[in-house]
Amino acid sequence: MGLLEAIIISVIAASTPLLLAAAGELVVERSGVLNLGTEGMMIMGAACGFAGAWLTGSTFIGALFGIAAGCALSLVFAALTLGLAVNQVAAGLALTILGVGLSGLIGAGFVGEKITPAPHLYLPVLTGIPFVGKILFGQDGFVYFSVALVVAIWWFLYRTRAGLVLRAIGDSHTSAHALGYPVLKIRLLAVLFGGGCAGLGGAFLPLAYTPFFIPGMTAGRGWIALALVVFSSWMPGRLAAGAYLFGAVTILQLHAQAFGLGIPSQLMSALPYLATVVVLVLISRARGSAGSVAPASLGTVFVPDR
Amino acid sequence: MVNPASASSPSARAPLLQAISISKRYGSFLANDSIDLDLYTGEIHALLGENGAGKSTLVKTMYGLIQPSAGQLRFLGEKLELTGPSDARAKGIAMVFQHFSLFDNLTVAENVALGLDGTESFAAMSARLAQMSRDYGLPLDPNREVWRLSVGERQRIEIVRALMQNPKLLILDEPTAVLTPQEADQLFTVLFRLKEEGRALLYISHKLDEVKRLCDTATILRDGKKISTCDPRQETASSLARMMVGAEIGEVKATSARATTVPRLLINDLSLEPDDPHGVYLKGISVEVKGGEILGIAGVAGNGQDELFSALSGERIAPHEDNVIIDGHAAGHLSVTDRRKLGAAFVPEGRLGHGTAPRMKLSENALLTGHAASDMVHHGFVDKPKTLETVDRTTKTFDVRKAKRDPEAASLSGGNLQKFIVGREILREPGVLIVSQPTWGVDAGAAAVIRQALLDLSGRGSAVLVISQDLDELAEIADRIAVMFHGHLSEPIAAADATREKLGLLMGGASAAQAEAGSQKEAVHAIGA
Repeated sequence: MGLLEAIIISVIAASTPLLLAAAGELVVERSGVLNLGTEGMMIMGAACGFAGAWLTGSTFIGALFGIAAGCALSLVFAALTLGLAVNQVAAGLALTILGVGLSGLIGAGFVGEKITPAPHLYLPVLTGIPFVGKILFGQDGFVYFSVALVVAIWWFLYRTRAGLVLRAIGDSHTSAHALGYPVLKIRLLAVLFGGGCAGLGGAFLPLAYTPFFIPGMTAGRGWIALALVVFSSWMPGRLAAGAYLFGAVTILQLHAQAFGLGIPSQLMSALPYLATVVVLVLISRARGSAGSVAPASLGTVFVPDR
Repeated sequence: MVNPASASSPSARAPLLQAISISKRYGSFLANDSIDLDLYTGEIHALLGENGAGKSTLVKTMYGLIQPSAGQLRFLGEKLELTGPSDARAKGIAMVFQHFSLFDNLTVAENVALGLDGTESFAAMSARLAQMSRDYGLPLDPNREVWRLSVGERQRIEIVRALMQNPKLLILDEPTAVLTPQEADQLFTVLFRLKEEGRALLYISHKLDEVKRLCDTATILRDGKKISTCDPRQETASSLARMMVGAEIGEVKATSARATTVPRLLINDLSLEPDDPHGVYLKGISVEVKGGEILGIAGVAGNGQDELFSALSGERIAPHEDNVIIDGHAAGHLSVTDRRKLGAAFVPEGRLGHGTAPRMKLSENALLTGHAASDMVHHGFVDKPKTLETVDRTTKTFDVRKAKRDPEAASLSGGNLQKFIVGREILREPGVLIVSQPTWGVDAGAAAVIRQALLDLSGRGSAVLVISQDLDELAEIADRIAVMFHGHLSEPIAAADATREKLGLLMGGASAAQAEAGSQKEAVHAIGA
């Protein structure tokens, strides 16, 4: 296996959890809700996903456990922000703290245990093709699922009526309410979807990336996913590109160290965030010429009058 | 299509929609108190009332957005239970909202699709939209995003969206509030056509001349109760106003012959980039306001009035210090506080949030604008009795009604809070007062008090600049009127020469010379396309 092939495969692996979590958060934010609890939902997904896989011996069931854990935590967020109209930023930050703590508790008994990592696809001829074979036809299920998910989200947002309603609610919840759309119900579904995606993204880490669980193993990936949504200016295509770019940066940082390049690794770790800041500046400068800005009611609380 | 109905004696026919003693209670507040209303096909029915009279609550009930606390609706004689707007739409009830229910970042076609129930394909819907908007003379480009459109065009979307449902009853909530007089005339043409097609229309307004021109029947609400149902063409504007307000409204008049001598506020060639993506570029604005004079600035909302206000108040700094001159001092580079120290005072458009901090007490709000040029602060410490005294004086002079001596700003009604924020500035006897939409959404009684106070202030030698969308208000108090359009300010014209037609043409973007010529000929067609 050549070095470039190895690098590409490791970039895809590093990008997949970011892509999964960010794709969910994109849908949440498009509905006008800002859930900053991605990191907490990911780490819960990691802990519960590992627990599920270790108990049953099945990666698939582990992934389902991860999704369920993300959904459960996002339900807490939904109860606070949609049910009780609590400030979304505060609730999201609290969710991260809760998730990090709770996952440590749940995962404590599993530290040091090992599981069989998720199986990789193997197609008799195709996987054997030099260079592209392993990249295209030798990945695990998470990778294929994450790509399909982004395509499905794009199709949903721009080609279905339900997606139009979701975007409309993110643009103006008062108008949507006046037209009779159930704003809070749709936002609840979006938040649950986002929670499930974050949980799955977190579960990828112990199930496929490293076959064991350590507390805090998401290591800030939830924050990168949040930055990625902004970086993508809330567009699924750019989100996928951004995820692989951010994944590449984290991998290159390792290789740069291995080759003894004089770039401090801390600087490399900061690159995703720096890139997000640059993109925010660019979006701000380009504002007014295009409509690709944040959903207009993002982060604002909605209380229907009846 | 609905069957064309004869316009003769609607009372002989059965009503299309009946509201039978509808009540809506919010806590201890009764927004609607057993209101009866009958709507007939082929008829434009006006719903009249002051702000807070319960008009919006009643129509939201008819559109299924609000569930009544008591009473019922009957549609063609059958009991009608609405659980939401889609039920109302299914029955053929459509609504055009006062605050548009549009989505700025979506296209016209997407906005229309969201108001329909999605039974046809998007392409078929788009084609029907284009056809319908041409038919009714309401041209729209289905693929443009809403934020690129003017206010008049946005309203067209609302109307076309309602018409796409082929409604039997169309409810319009203050549709002309944001239109130029010419745009309003175009709208009336459409409404007459809809009436002739045999639809029922419920038209909410507080513009009495419009109602007299347009409507067959009028129902007047006051404090949540129905006062009367009458034929508006048989009433005078003042008899309708009396029913709406429940009392005679005092005439506003200038106190004395005012000496208009020295210019106290000068705006010199002010150009300013907007700081918000949907904002307006101010282009070379020059005008002067003399002491003892009220200058009115008319214009459709969103033509740069907000930007002009911020540049004058110091919320935004002008490019050159000479752009704004207050009483002979260059002030373009000064902050709000420093401009206040020169004797200027500012009353912004938004009462809550901009004019006051809603959750702070009135005394604290008095301090927020009064600290610069008064004795409320000594060595950095607040003189609480002084701030309370300001509240008391404002309360007394301007008849501000409130539950206790020093309540939170948000607890006051709109009219009383507006009297407070205007009064608070006027009591400081500013040399220059800049006020935006002084009586927007305020009941007629409070509006009269505020207008009189502005006239009195200018009578004492101050320069007053009033930005307002209400042409009647400007006609009542302004000496000269200028019009803003796309960030340009027209030459001011004397209020006596400022006919509605002339102002309307300027508001639609005609030059002063065109407006002069156009107002003598056919005003409506000049901007018709």
